[in-house]
Amino acid sequence: MEKPVIATASLAGCFGCHMSLLDIDERILDLIELVDFNKSPINDIKEFARECDIGLIEGGCCLDENVHVLKDFRNHCRILVSVGECAIMGGLPAMRNGISVRECLEEAYLNGPSVRNYNENKILPNDEELPVLLNRVYPCHEVVKIDYFLPGCPPDADLLWRALTALLNNRKMDLPYEVFKFD
Amino acid sequence: MEESISSILDRYNHDVYRLMDILIDVQSDQGFIGDQAIARIAEDLGISKADVEQTRSFYHFFSKKPTGKYSIYLNTSVNACMMGRDAVARTFEVEAGIPFNSVTRDGLIGLFDTSCIGMSDQEPAAIINGKIFPNLTPFRVKELIRDIRAGKSMEELVVEGYGDGQNSNPDIRAVVSNNIRKIGPVLDPDYKPGEVIRKKLPAMTPQQVIDEMKRSNIRGRGGAGFPTGMKWEICRKTESDEKYIICNADEGEPGTFKDRVILTERPKLLLEGMVVAAYAIGARQGILYIRHEYKYLKIYLEKLIEGAHKRNLMGKNIAGIEGFDFDVRIQFGAGSYVCGEESALIESAEGKRGEPRDKPPFPVEKGYLDKPTVVNNVETFCSAVKVLLNGADWYRSFGTTDSTGTKVLSISGDCRYPGVYEVEWGFSVNDICGMAGADDVIAVQVGGPSGSLVGPSDFDRILCYADLSTGGSLIIFNHTRDLLQDVVLNFTSFFIEESCGSCSTCRIMPVILRNKLLKILNARGAKSDISEMLEWAAILKASRCGLGQTAANPIITSIQNFRHLYDQKVRGEVRYDSGFDLTQATQEAIAATGRYTAVD
Ligand SMILES: Cc1cc2nc3c(=O)[nH]c(=O)nc-3n(C[C@H](O)[C@H](O)[C@H](O)COP(=O)(O)O)c2cc1C
Ligand code: SF4
Ligand code: SF4
Repeated sequence: MEKPVIATASLAGCFGCHMSLLDIDERILDLIELVDFNKSPINDIKEFARECDIGLIEGGCCLDENVHVLKDFRNHCRILVSVGECAIMGGLPAMRNGISVRECLEEAYLNGPSVRNYNENKILPNDEELPVLLNRVYPCHEVVKIDYFLPGCPPDADLLWRALTALLNNRKMDLPYEVFKFD
Repeated sequence: MEESISSILDRYNHDVYRLMDILIDVQSDQGFIGDQAIARIAEDLGISKADVEQTRSFYHFFSKKPTGKYSIYLNTSVNACMMGRDAVARTFEVEAGIPFNSVTRDGLIGLFDTSCIGMSDQEPAAIINGKIFPNLTPFRVKELIRDIRAGKSMEELVVEGYGDGQNSNPDIRAVVSNNIRKIGPVLDPDYKPGEVIRKKLPAMTPQQVIDEMKRSNIRGRGGAGFPTGMKWEICRKTESDEKYIICNADEGEPGTFKDRVILTERPKLLLEGMVVAAYAIGARQGILYIRHEYKYLKIYLEKLIEGAHKRNLMGKNIAGIEGFDFDVRIQFGAGSYVCGEESALIESAEGKRGEPRDKPPFPVEKGYLDKPTVVNNVETFCSAVKVLLNGADWYRSFGTTDSTGTKVLSISGDCRYPGVYEVEWGFSVNDICGMAGADDVIAVQVGGPSGSLVGPSDFDRILCYADLSTGGSLIIFNHTRDLLQDVVLNFTSFFIEESCGSCSTCRIMPVILRNKLLKILNARGAKSDISEMLEWAAILKASRCGLGQTAANPIITSIQNFRHLYDQKVRGEVRYDSGFDLTQATQEAIAATGRYTAVD
């Protein structure tokens, strides 16, 4: 039987959730036995080479590019999972949601103490190649259908492990309080 | 300012439980309740500024900034919109030169939205400095703004003549119509005030009064339908040095206005009912809690209470019954639908935010000032008098077995004869439509937003507690109405506006549901949205009070009874669509950075 295929992505996240995945320690070896990784920062595969079974998404959408990646994942993954606070709720980046995009850009490029005296032409970066900021940070399920949500910041390595093995073995997830409790 | 606040504080004996009255008077004296006033009140009452501020900020008619010399509050209810609110609102904006929820530069005119003001049979209606202006048209609005600019007084603004019945009483002088279309025991004009207090009470023990109430099978008219005799009995049996009677005249359910008509035309009956209840449970103090929108009745009602004292129908040793003392004070609200919920109403009457209490204990055990309290609807008290006057058997001869007596209905919407109808329980929706002169009916909202939206296949169902239960509001819709856009969306927004915000379910879920509804209305909906709304709405049952628990009823009952309207609007082939719009989401950044190309 072919091994199930996993893909992962970090959108507007801090990579903490990916770190947590690596935190399953030596069980990563078991995982590699169990699954193949496709598009993922872990193996640096940039484009989907095949259809995947499970997509793990860290981070919400703050740029148009995030939206494209997320939609790409939805199109290529049978099951899509929001991993961590940022993917589920927007997380820390969503703190900008109460502030207008213009104000954010001006603070970052015109008025902030580290740029105030250096941006003589008062330019807000506008190169066509740059991704475009969204009006606010969106949790993943407000952009595409998400099948499962794994909470935490980051989710406990054990939670990720249990979730993955449950999904791979097609059984209900065993979720003791300790692996998802707040702190 | 200092002087006026001092005298207001004196007026209420510096009593912290009268904070509502204090704030109402400051608001009406100064036109707003500023930080200085809040600091002064807090210091005087010995509470923190935050305590004062939290009461102030809870109520719609309290404001921190001046609301204009002429503060205009225009109703946003379904009925107002059906009767042409949009054109009226636009005319107000154009003539005043400001958008809603703002004040003109010169401080002359303030324009504000407000939830249903209890004038559903004479919409669109506005409240200007406490006076009601019903049946507005764009022409009338132009006239009003012109007269305001010309410096006319509030009295001079009224050109349409005062309304029927007591509306023309010198103590009321309101341009409001009663529109009483059908009378019964409660609205009976031959009522003789004081007869029951004088002739019946002295011959009965309190327990006998309660027994008669129980035998009549009368149930509460405020919506929930709790057996009144039982409520009184529990309260009577709860031991306490003080007990209270509260009349709930908050009447905030959109489409309901019958309590206003009773307060105008049969107020003595209501007061008599409160006295009867006080006798039954052993209360010495009563509170008549009236919504702010009906403040124009204040002087009229105060004088009636005074009159009752003079005639020994209130006060000491009432009707010669040794030791039977009872007095009523009026408490006005300040614009909040949830204050109609009995425990929120009690909080409000104690001068606090109108946040419902966790139950149990129920008010009959722990109510006003933590003392046993009976809260009943206006109409319940009125009916109680008739039960005692004519006996339980007589009363039971009206209505059905489980729902005895009559119900005063507020009927509005697409019909020739909107108004107040007192009918026996057991009328069908069809009967009601016939009576009201409605012959093109696609739907009827029974029981206000928290009730149900029913279609023709349900029109032979009957009004009673066991079938279509209602606090009395019926709104009729004809084929020109877009039920989802005009009705369901409006009601859902109403609940969002009026939630007290204590429960996360009630604070958040109605907003999520409204977004989903908007998505469907904007032709972005998928089939899964409909089923998700039903699934997600279930969580609202976890809310603390009836507001949150019923906040999804407009959506749930319209999906149940008008599923085709939703199916028509969702795209059948699409199973899931988050509704995310990339073009719209990137507009702001593209504009800010001056990039021209839209992203794909
Ligand atoms: C959100 C909400 C609003 C209410 N508004 C009113 C109201 O305006 N008038 C009323 O009599 N009851 C209202 N009620 C019902 C009261 O809580 C209470 O049941 C009623 O006043 C009891 O009186 P009754 O037994 O005579 O009906 C409301 C309940 C809820 C949950
Ligand atoms: S959820 Fe926490 S760990 Fe994961 S990306 Fe967000 S901030 Fe980082
Ligand atoms: S259900 Fe809504 S209105 Fe009622 S207590 Fe909770 S938040 Fe307040």
